[in-house]
Amino acid sequence: MFLSSGFKTSLKKNLQLSNLIPQLLLIFIFIFIIYFFANNAQINMKARNMTSGFDFLGTNSGFDIQFSLVDYDGSSSYGRAYLVGLLNTLLVAFFGIFFATILGFIIGVSRLSTNWIINKLSLVYVELFRNLPLILQIFFWYFTVLRSLPSTEKSLIIFNFLIINLQGFYIPKFIFTNSHYIFYGIVFSLLTIILIKYYANKIFYEHAKVVPVFRISLFLIVLFPLVFSLIGGVTINIEYPKLIKNFGIFNYLGGIKLIPEFLALVFSLSLYTSAFIAENVRAGILAINKGQKEAAKSLGLNNSQSLNLIIIPQALRVIIPPTTNQYLNLTKNSSLAAAIGYPDLTGAFAGTALSQTGKAIEIIFIVMMTYLTISLLISLVLNWYNKKIALVER
Amino acid sequence: MKKIKINSFAILAFVVTFIFTTFNANANQTRENVIKRGSVNCGVSQGVPGFSNADASGKWAGIDVDFCRAVAAAILGDANKVKFTPLSAKDRFEVLKAGDIDVLARNTTWTLSRDGGLALDFIGTNFYDGQGFMVRKAANINSAKKLNNVKVCVETGTTTELNLRDYFKANKLQYEPVAFTKSDEAVAAYDSGRCDVYTTDKSGLAANRTKTKNPADHIILPETISKEPLGPVVRGNDENWANITRWTLNVMIEAEELGVTKANVDSLKSTDNPAIKRLLGLEGETGKNLSLGNEWSYNIIKQVGNYGESYEANVGPKTPVGLARGLNQLWTKGGILYSPPVR
Amino acid sequence: MNKENIKNWLKVNLFSNWYNSIISLFVLLIILSIIPSLIDWAIIKATFVGKTKSDCKAGGACWVFISVWFEKLIYGFYPDKQLWRVNLAFIILILTITSAFFVKPKIKPYILFFLIFIFPIIGFVLIHGGFGLENVETRVWGGLSLTFMLTFFGIIFAFPLGVLLALGKRSELPVIKYFCIAFVEFWRGIPLITVLFAAAIMFPLLLPANTNVDKLLRVAIGIGIFESAYVAEVIRGGLQSLPKGQYEAAKSLGMSYWKMNFLVILPQAIKTVIPGLTNTFIALFKDTPLIILVGLLELLGMVNLAKSNSYWLGMAVEGYIFVGLIFWFFSYLLSRYTQSLEKKFSTEKH
Repeated sequence: MFLSSGFKTSLKKNLQLSNLIPQLLLIFIFIFIIYFFANNAQINMKARNMTSGFDFLGTNSGFDIQFSLVDYDGSSSYGRAYLVGLLNTLLVAFFGIFFATILGFIIGVSRLSTNWIINKLSLVYVELFRNLPLILQIFFWYFTVLRSLPSTEKSLIIFNFLIINLQGFYIPKFIFTNSHYIFYGIVFSLLTIILIKYYANKIFYEHAKVVPVFRISLFLIVLFPLVFSLIGGVTINIEYPKLIKNFGIFNYLGGIKLIPEFLALVFSLSLYTSAFIAENVRAGILAINKGQKEAAKSLGLNNSQSLNLIIIPQALRVIIPPTTNQYLNLTKNSSLAAAIGYPDLTGAFAGTALSQTGKAIEIIFIVMMTYLTISLLISLVLNWYNKKIALVER
Repeated sequence: MKKIKINSFAILAFVVTFIFTTFNANANQTRENVIKRGSVNCGVSQGVPGFSNADASGKWAGIDVDFCRAVAAAILGDANKVKFTPLSAKDRFEVLKAGDIDVLARNTTWTLSRDGGLALDFIGTNFYDGQGFMVRKAANINSAKKLNNVKVCVETGTTTELNLRDYFKANKLQYEPVAFTKSDEAVAAYDSGRCDVYTTDKSGLAANRTKTKNPADHIILPETISKEPLGPVVRGNDENWANITRWTLNVMIEAEELGVTKANVDSLKSTDNPAIKRLLGLEGETGKNLSLGNEWSYNIIKQVGNYGESYEANVGPKTPVGLARGLNQLWTKGGILYSPPVR
Repeated sequence: MNKENIKNWLKVNLFSNWYNSIISLFVLLIILSIIPSLIDWAIIKATFVGKTKSDCKAGGACWVFISVWFEKLIYGFYPDKQLWRVNLAFIILILTITSAFFVKPKIKPYILFFLIFIFPIIGFVLIHGGFGLENVETRVWGGLSLTFMLTFFGIIFAFPLGVLLALGKRSELPVIKYFCIAFVEFWRGIPLITVLFAAAIMFPLLLPANTNVDKLLRVAIGIGIFESAYVAEVIRGGLQSLPKGQYEAAKSLGMSYWKMNFLVILPQAIKTVIPGLTNTFIALFKDTPLIILVGLLELLGMVNLAKSNSYWLGMAVEGYIFVGLIFWFFSYLLSRYTQSLEKKFSTEKH
């Protein structure tokens, strides 16, 4: 009796005016603000003869962009410029995440080293890089380190492979013919690995035998693409950067060129983020208590087995969620490209395209929505992963 | 519960009124705002010697700066009542549109799309210019036609950026633009060797050459690849303000044509020449047409000087920038500088 | 301190086995080759006294650059004669904060009230002008003082808004709940730069024609709203960690929603998340230099300006090191503080 009357009152409460009013008020205020802004924007633009809308995306941009993954020149549209910016953002984010992860794991493990000097050095690394503003680090790399490299004609050449000068880093370009065969090989080896993994699990549970899946996989992922490329007749041409002289101006042409703006951004993003990832890794490893390691030992697992089967899977469960968050931060932080003129989404589109068209509202809206979509996608993946490991936990 | 709600409404009302009172309402009339504020807010460059450049003590000088001072003299009677806002090429129009400045005098090129499309008013030309290229002497290049496979430092969001592409495309030459948001950064990048070529308006090249480590190491190529009439800009929705600024510039040009200078303007007050009398507001009602006092033009010349004086003091051959008058000479002396009659 | 101890320490910590020994020696070698030349450059061969760049000796750091520009780096272009106003505002702030460490817990809420509601008004009047003080427009504000002002403003703006958003996210009223969730996710999903661009460039177009809100204020509010989303997430974590009994107890006492939250729930929730909040505010402090991108010059911006002055070209390293030291000092200090708090809380719990 008591319970049901309590339930009744709570239901009643939900329908009460006092609960409806704040909700309606919020809706009203929200609509009012949107209307207020939209109305003003319309009046302002009309007063200034400005057109609104996204038609400009189809018109010629008229400016060139220094660095682009797809074909682009001044006769391409603003929509194409957006694509160039987006791809450049993703490129920097990809390399930043790649190096940040590697560095972060190395430093994170070093933080727990019994070697005093390694331990302290990685502590200094973490405290140094995470306590300095990222934009300062970008400026430092870009304006002081990369600007003090030698000029083109006096380039540093390392093993005839890497050419370093003030205008960028150059590496040879590998040009594959029939390259699709390599792809088939990778797909085939992945399928085989999944199959082996499945049977390895079965064998492990039924016969309590451990199959060295990792080593087999490593072998297969090298073997199959190799075999396939031999069958398909894949050839590799290496295009080296060549020094060209035009009057007194030297220039490297050919090969793959990495511009200093890109390098500065990747360096600083990976160093900055790796400091945070290192802390996650350290916390993750520390979170596994000693008992787990001892239990693994008492089961007769050797060092690498206990690492592979007991410690790493558990540590990863702690490490991955905050690390994905860092990936998200890195992607958003890549927008600092605008500060040094790397043509990413913010630099090329919200910078150059905005000032050439004056379409502030449209362009900033597009850029915000793009970043928001990327962020939401990454957090969706994170949530999916969290759910998955939560299930495994039983 | 009820009590709290009333309180929160009161707070909300207070906040809203507070925010709206801090808004500077009724700003449609830029002139009135300027008078009320007691100063002209002028957008200038982040440092182009000869046009707008601040010295170590924060004092601004240049022909764009002189124009701003002239506007202040015309409206407020005191050329020193100007507040300068340094702006990058990328931000300049948005800041003007946002109302953070009253007039933009930042060696800005007058083009159709800016005049019409951006809802701005270009009120005239205070410097006729054209885009050129600067290279290192060591590059051994004496013509822009020989620029191929070069990296070009350029300021983003400018007409320069667009002309650059047109030029290389038309001449079938290869190049890579390296874009910066600040001219300082573009010059520093060129000077360090990040680029082989620096491009901007020729006046800007001459001015920025003084900012390199060793100005003698660089040459400006002879080609001029574009027309760049540089002039002050105002918002496109205030006719009175556009007129005030337009005629401020015209008065400076007209004064040079009539030989009225800072030094002789007082003695010329007793002249019989009707054109000079009109110019100085001694005859007719030039000020009234602009809703200004009749002293406005006298104040400009007395406190700032005529166009020629401003030119010689800031960019002329005797200054470090060292630009000959060229096109910027009066139409009577072989240039194209021409003011509509001040009457 | 005897030899045996040192030997033992070295053996355990540096040379426990052959590969550790190799790594240790290798790292030591690198450190020994870098540090002396760094000290040489930064201190021994450096020039500390002088007035122009030509006073600096080659081969060493030119700290003259910092000393000549020092006032500009700290105060921007704030008029010389009015500097006492900025100083006074910061002295009041520092005194208030330090006093909080020495007074009884009972008085602390009043200090907080003063900091959030009264001090901003005093500070604004002092720095901006009014009540007989000459007006100093925001366009001349700059340098380190602007960094601090923005950080402070960001905190006192983001904190209350973040609290409301966190409460909203846990509200039983669906409209409020989902609105707050969407609001927080939106701001957390976009980079701060786009917010700054929007505040500086886009926002004026959304206001009635001919109204003009100061650019610095627009940017500061943009930063404040942006940070409030992060504050909300941190506080939500604190709210979640509270046992349900707290709510039930408060309800059984007949407390209203606001009374329950402000008197019972929030004080406990916020206390547990002080480390998280401090981390958010460190991030805010480190983010302030981004305002360079919309043409406002705080400390890093002033260094960029100074290094491109034609009389001081080539001083970037000295400038950036100076900025780095300042930012590093404050961030590190605060992060150590949070770490000590975390330790304190974890011991209190057990």
